[in-house]
Amino acid sequence: MKAAVIVFPGSNCDRDVQVTLRQVSGVEPVMVWHKESSFENVDLIVLPGGFSYGDYLRSGAMAAKSNVMREIASRASAGVPVLGICNGFQVLTETGLLPGVLMRNADLKFVCRDVHLKVESSQSLFTSAYETGQVVRIPVAHHDGNYFAGDEELDRLEDRGQIAFRYVDAVGEMEGSANPNGSARNIAGVYNETKTVLGLMPHPERLADPQLGGTDGEGLFKSLLESLS
Amino acid sequence: MSEITPQIVAEHGLNETEYQRVLEIMGREPNLLELGIFSVMWSEHCSYKSSKKWLKTLPTDAPHVIEGPGENAGVIDIGDGLAAVFKMESHNHPSFIEPYQGAATGVGGILRDVFTMGARPIANLNALRFGSPDHGKTRHLVSGVVAGIGGYGNCVGVPTVGGEVNFDPSYNGNILVNAMTVGLAPADRIFKAAASGVGNPVVYVGSKTGRDGIHGATMASAEFDDDSDEKRPTVQVGDPFTEKLLIEACLELMETDAIIGIQDMGAAGLTSSSFEMASKGGMGVELNLDQVPCREDGMSPYEMMLSESQERMLMVLKPGKEDMARGIMEKWDLDFAIIGHLTESGRMVLRMHGDVVGDLPIDPLAEASPEYDRPWIPTPARDDVDAKALSVPGDMGAVLLQLMGSPNLCSRRWIWEQYDHMVMADTQGRPGGDAAVVRVHGTQRALAMSTDCTPRYCLADPARGGAQAVAESWRNLTAVGATPLAITDNMNFGNPEKPEIMGQFVGCIEGMRAACDALAFPVVSGNVSLYNETNGAAILPTPAIGGVGVIEDAGMTAGIGFTEEDADIILIGNTTGHLGATTYLSEIESRSDGAPPAVDLEQEKRNGDFVRSLIVSGQVTVCHDLSDGGLAVTLAEMALASGIGATIDEPADSDLPLPAWLFGEDQARYLIATTSASTLIDAARNAGVSAAIIGRTTGETLTLPGGTPISLSELSGAHEGWLPGYMAGTVN
Repeated sequence: MKAAVIVFPGSNCDRDVQVTLRQVSGVEPVMVWHKESSFENVDLIVLPGGFSYGDYLRSGAMAAKSNVMREIASRASAGVPVLGICNGFQVLTETGLLPGVLMRNADLKFVCRDVHLKVESSQSLFTSAYETGQVVRIPVAHHDGNYFAGDEELDRLEDRGQIAFRYVDAVGEMEGSANPNGSARNIAGVYNETKTVLGLMPHPERLADPQLGGTDGEGLFKSLLESLS
Repeated sequence: MSEITPQIVAEHGLNETEYQRVLEIMGREPNLLELGIFSVMWSEHCSYKSSKKWLKTLPTDAPHVIEGPGENAGVIDIGDGLAAVFKMESHNHPSFIEPYQGAATGVGGILRDVFTMGARPIANLNALRFGSPDHGKTRHLVSGVVAGIGGYGNCVGVPTVGGEVNFDPSYNGNILVNAMTVGLAPADRIFKAAASGVGNPVVYVGSKTGRDGIHGATMASAEFDDDSDEKRPTVQVGDPFTEKLLIEACLELMETDAIIGIQDMGAAGLTSSSFEMASKGGMGVELNLDQVPCREDGMSPYEMMLSESQERMLMVLKPGKEDMARGIMEKWDLDFAIIGHLTESGRMVLRMHGDVVGDLPIDPLAEASPEYDRPWIPTPARDDVDAKALSVPGDMGAVLLQLMGSPNLCSRRWIWEQYDHMVMADTQGRPGGDAAVVRVHGTQRALAMSTDCTPRYCLADPARGGAQAVAESWRNLTAVGATPLAITDNMNFGNPEKPEIMGQFVGCIEGMRAACDALAFPVVSGNVSLYNETNGAAILPTPAIGGVGVIEDAGMTAGIGFTEEDADIILIGNTTGHLGATTYLSEIESRSDGAPPAVDLEQEKRNGDFVRSLIVSGQVTVCHDLSDGGLAVTLAEMALASGIGATIDEPADSDLPLPAWLFGEDQARYLIATTSASTLIDAARNAGVSAAIIGRTTGETLTLPGGTPISLSELSGAHEGWLPGYMAGTVN
């Protein structure tokens, strides 16, 4: 599995996901600078976490207009899988590659802690190594992770199976306190209609190494490896 | 008519003697720009004029020290060809006036000190002191400072992994924001400030220069009064995004051989950076201020030279490397300008629009910076508190609940969850333990780091307090299995012109020196913040210590949480039941008197070396040092970190009153949990270390002698509840 990691000015989880991709796939990912308008063919494109262009406008809004995003949009429409983590998720919603928006956290504060997620379905490129309904522990670290879409849109996403992950408590219940940012229907990650583009606020690359206290995040990369190799 | 009136001199914070020295050095009356340069270079903040005499007495050497005090940050060898580069620095005054930007730019400044030396920052910590929770400004200050630290550190992508917080009324008008950064660099590739090579270009990179922060260094060297809010315009505004670009661009340029000397523009901006580079290299420098990238039109030379705009660096490049360096900066969309060159004149010559607007001798100005031997009087010794004369509360469980929920001992989760403490994916020991543990990327090693100081001890007995701060740092690093290597110190005190304040400073230094010597734990960098007074009332003496240690095998470390039931809990170290100047005394008896606990450095070393040997050999994985709140609070933290409770026996062979045994703050102690207690106790005896089983892990309640059992959920409620409740305004 050959992956490209897109580096925007202000990206700061680019190295983290590079390390995880290397460890899981054994293949060195290519790092692509935001000013590039084209890059080599890859099996997977990853938009990492961080603060692209400082995020002084809405998070992800500037990155959505960058050269490299035009290329990524065209590859995504051709079916190349795209994974957006945290700021990458924000960029994907700003680009329109994913539905909904990510607003400021409901309590207006940055939040960094482990959360529990329910894997809605194992039927995707990104989740095949998990069980449907499995509860995994993965950290979040963001200021703008409050997922919002209109009720009709949310109904539609649910009907089409486009919800990838929801915030739950340790036993899988959708408790209020399990939702770290006020996201609608506890949504932590969504797919596009073809389930080839995934955006999620939590950082699976941060718990993919036993020395860091957990490996639940590794499953996402293993799923991709199974699907794309 | 003279341009420089006595009033203008006074406004620049120079006294009459100092101004006379200015006249001698210049051989004429300075113009306003030149006076401004003297003012900042001789400010307490930049010149350490009150503290130098005493700072020089601290030990700074060890075989692993690569660079001690005097550079932007200290540098120590951590093995594998790598060095840890670190320093702690205060941003107290700005943070009180404008908490978000003050704290944010404090983080930005200390990050620059570290990456200026060629190190990639890998961790931030912060030591914070706020006023009384019931003071009207405290909530606003806590909220702003925490958001500012997070806002900056989260964006630059350096994890904020640890720190400490105290509340005390002495900080009502002078909060302390001490920020520490730890970075990693190749041990044989450390960049320094010294300039060399006549004619070599002086290059400016980073953000543009604006009118912000003019005279910040002078402000940081004065007391506050009721009108301090008017100083708001001297607080700088941070741009962490540009800092992130600057880190990446500088580290990329450092991979080449283009840089001769590099210095960040911190306090006193362009003045202090160009002065230091020239002074350290024995060079002269000529700057063409027309070339300085400015944020707005019409800035005067005075404003350009004294601006403290953030995210700027000055470097001297090898000739011919300008275009390559420019290319790297442009890739990162940063300003790049050749603003001058080195000369052999030994002078700083400033030109604008073709005119010489300033001309000062460099060495005389730097060398003649005032150094004072300020009068001081020793702090009177206090009597011990007799634990047996105190009343004994009916329920030790209730006392523990009260302490665990008190402002100074409650959980800091509300704070650290606003900091990205995991970015860079190497944070192995997260906030909430004795020391943060961060892996050294690409190696088997890890670094442990911690910030420590108990200001109430320093007030009660500065020498003991200074020694205790160093010893606690050493102990916290030891408790995760690290070998403590070196410290950075951030000396926060009141007005040094008062002999009793100067006495606190001298006393703390004396204690720190003793502890650094005994523990082979030298000082490699530091910062001094004086004049922390408002309307004549000083803060508690606060020598914050930032310690760094190395763990050779990151797989061999310890955490504070219990890992299993039915393990024996062993107390390492001697217990005398010391209650003077303790948290117990202030929370339960509403008294703050008494001498602080004695610091027996020999015992500290023996006990610590023993505990560390157990951890690095894999015999112990659960360890917590004892500090504020003593044995019972330590146990409670170990239980809460794991969800496993404990039952503690009546103390055997002890005639101590229960509160003294449970809540006394004797030093050099640790708790460990183990299932091979008898082996460890034998080993302790052989090592001359006192060790005793005091109870065992069990269930989901904590049971103290003389106390009603407390469920961990109730304990957690008390411990986790106060800070979020206080910040939401629902509790006081």
